[in-house]
Amino acid sequence: MKFSEFYKKIKKDKVSHTALIVLILLYISILFADFFAVHPNNFSNRKLAYCPPSNIYILDKNNKFKKPYTYNYTKTFNKDTLNIEYKQDRTKKYNIKFLSKGYEYKILGLIKCNLHLIVPDKGCELFLLGTDINGCDVYSRLFFGGQVSLTIGFLALLISFPIGAIYGGISGYLGGITDKVLMRIAEAIMSIPSFYLLIILASILPSNLTSKQSFALITAILAFIGWAGFSRVIRGMVLSIKNQDYIKAIETIGASKKRIIIKHILPQTSSYIIIALTLSVPSYILAESGLSFLGLGIQLPEASWGNMLREAQEFANIIYRPRLLMPGFLIFIAVLSFNVLGDKIRDILDPKSLK
Amino acid sequence: MNTFLYIIKRILNAIPILFIVSLISFFLIRLSPIDPLAQMKLNPAISQETIDKETKRLALDKPIYIQYFRWAKNFISGNMGYCIDNIKVTTKLKPRILNTLLLSLSVISLSWIISIIAGVLGAVYYNSVYDKILSILTSAGMAIPSFFFAILMLLFAQKTGLFPIGGLTNVHFSQMNLFSKILDILWHLALPVFVLTTISLSSITRQMRANMLDVLDCEYIKFAIAKGLSKRKIIFKHALRNAINPIITMLGFEFAGLLSGAALTEYVFQYPGLGKLLLDAVMQSDINLIMAGLMIGTIMLIIGNLLADILLKLTDPRVGI
Repeated sequence: MKFSEFYKKIKKDKVSHTALIVLILLYISILFADFFAVHPNNFSNRKLAYCPPSNIYILDKNNKFKKPYTYNYTKTFNKDTLNIEYKQDRTKKYNIKFLSKGYEYKILGLIKCNLHLIVPDKGCELFLLGTDINGCDVYSRLFFGGQVSLTIGFLALLISFPIGAIYGGISGYLGGITDKVLMRIAEAIMSIPSFYLLIILASILPSNLTSKQSFALITAILAFIGWAGFSRVIRGMVLSIKNQDYIKAIETIGASKKRIIIKHILPQTSSYIIIALTLSVPSYILAESGLSFLGLGIQLPEASWGNMLREAQEFANIIYRPRLLMPGFLIFIAVLSFNVLGDKIRDILDPKSLK
Repeated sequence: MNTFLYIIKRILNAIPILFIVSLISFFLIRLSPIDPLAQMKLNPAISQETIDKETKRLALDKPIYIQYFRWAKNFISGNMGYCIDNIKVTTKLKPRILNTLLLSLSVISLSWIISIIAGVLGAVYYNSVYDKILSILTSAGMAIPSFFFAILMLLFAQKTGLFPIGGLTNVHFSQMNLFSKILDILWHLALPVFVLTTISLSSITRQMRANMLDVLDCEYIKFAIAKGLSKRKIIFKHALRNAINPIITMLGFEFAGLLSGAALTEYVFQYPGLGKLLLDAVMQSDINLIMAGLMIGTIMLIIGNLLADILLKLTDPRVGI
C-alpha cells in the first residue's frame, strides 16, 4: 500500500487523524525542545525551589495594552507561620519577547542555533509552570523530559522487535526440539510478572553510570522484557506460512534456512509487525514512566516525564502544587494517541478485524 | 478423563518453565555486583552466627552452580532464609501474598462482570451513542498510567475525605469486632480496586465487544434471528457463550498485567501487597526477599494461567494442548 493512500485513509477518520496530528506536534516539540524551552536543560536555581508560576500581564496600570511583561518573585520566610512565601517584586518590570535570541544550543546536537520561542529580558526568572524542588523550570523540563520518554520506547522496540522476529522465525520454521526449547525459554520470560523483572533488572544496574549509559541500559532492559511475547506471535504466524507452496518451492531450489527465514518468511509478517509496533510503543512509555517514577529509571538531573512525577509522591505537592502533575497528562495524551492510531493502522492493514 | 489428562499435561508443562525462571532469577541476581549478605553484615542487631548460618545455607563459599542447587532445594522445602531485618522471609511473604490475592481477585471479578456486560451492550448497540462513549472511556482507561491515576485518586480522597489515604487497615483495627473489621478492609480496598479495575476493565471490554461483534455476524445467529427467537435469548444463550472464550484466555494475561500494575498502585496507596514488598526489597537490596518474591510472583502467574486454561477447556471442549 502506498503511503499517500495510507494517509488518506487515516485522514478520513477524524479521531485517528487528530491523534496523528497530536503525535506529530509532540515529536516536533521534543525535536526542537531547546527552541520551545525558556531555560537550558541543566538550569536550576536552588534558591527558588517550588517557585509559583510567573504571571504574565498584557495590561498596564491604566488598562492599556502593552507588550507582555512579568515580574520576578522574591522568597521570604514568614516567621509567624514558618512558611516560605513567594511575593512578586513589583519594582522591576521584565518584557517578554517572542522568536528572539536566547542561550545557544544545538539542534539534534549538530546545528548551532540561538533562536527561541519565548525570551524574557535579562535577569528575569520566567517560570511558566513554576519550579520543582531543585528550582528547575518545570515548563522547560517538560520538553527535555519528553525527549527521553517519547524516544525510549522506540529505541527499545528497535532492539526487541528484530530479536523477537528472528527468534520466533527460527523457532517456528525449524520446529521439533529447537522449537520446544526456544519456546519454553520465551514462555519462562513471559511468566515472570514483567514489572517485577523490570524493577529487579533496573535495581542491579551499577550506580556510577553516566546519564547516557543509564539511558542505554534502561532501553536494553525494556527491550529484554518485550521480545518474548512478540516472538511467540511471530512463531505462530510462521507455522502457518511455512506450509505454503511457495516456501516448498524455495526449499526445493535449495535456499539456505537462514535465507528462507529472513527473506521469505519474515517479510510475510510485516503488516502484523507494523501493527504490533504502534500498539506496543505505549506500553514501553508507560513502563519507563513507572520505572522512573519509582526512582529506578532515568536519574536526576536528567529529566523524564516519569521522574518529574516523582514530585507527586510528596503529598503536599499534590495538594498545593497540582501543576507538578502536568507530565502525567502528557503521558496520558501520548499513550492515548498511540493507541488510537495503532487501532486505525490495524483496521487498515488487517481488514478482517475491521468492523 | 480427557479434561483430567489435559490438566496433568498442563501442570507438567509448567515445570520446565518454573525451572528456567528460577535459573534466570538466580543468576541475574547472583551475578550482579551486590553482596547478598552486605546489608546483614552492616546491621549490628544481627549476630555473626546468623550470618555464618546464611553463608552456609546459601553455600556462598562454594561454586555458583552448587549455590543454585542449594538455593533451589531450600526453596522447594520452604526455607527461604532471612530478610535483612532478621525476620523470616516466609513470615513476611505470607500476609503479603494474601493481600495481593485479595486485591487481584476482587479486581478480576469486578472487571469481568462489568466488562462483559459493557462489551455485550457495546456490540449489540453498535455505533450508537453508548458505543461511542464506551470506546472513548475504554481508550482513556487504557492510556492512563496506573500510578498517575492512583495519585489523582489520592487527591480525590484527600479533598473529599470520603476514603482513607492508603494502607489496608485503620489504626484501631485490632480493637474492632469482626463486622467492622471487614467494613474497614473494604473501605481501604475501594480506591486501589477502583484504579486497577478501571485499567484492566478497558482492555477486556474492548476485546469482549470485538468478539461479540464477530459472533453476531455469524450465520447461525442470523438463522436464530430468522427463526424468530427473542433478542435476549439470541444474545445470552447463543452469542455470549461463543464470544466469551477468547476472554477466558485473556484472564491469564490480565492476571500478569494485574500483578505488574498492582505493584505501582500498591506503592502509591501504601497497600501492603506483594508488589510493594518486592519494591521495598529492591530498594534495600534484600536479596533473599527479592528472589523469593520474584519466584512467588511467577508461581502465582503460572497458576493463574493454568486456571484460565482449565476454565477454557471446561467451556470449550475443542481446545487441545
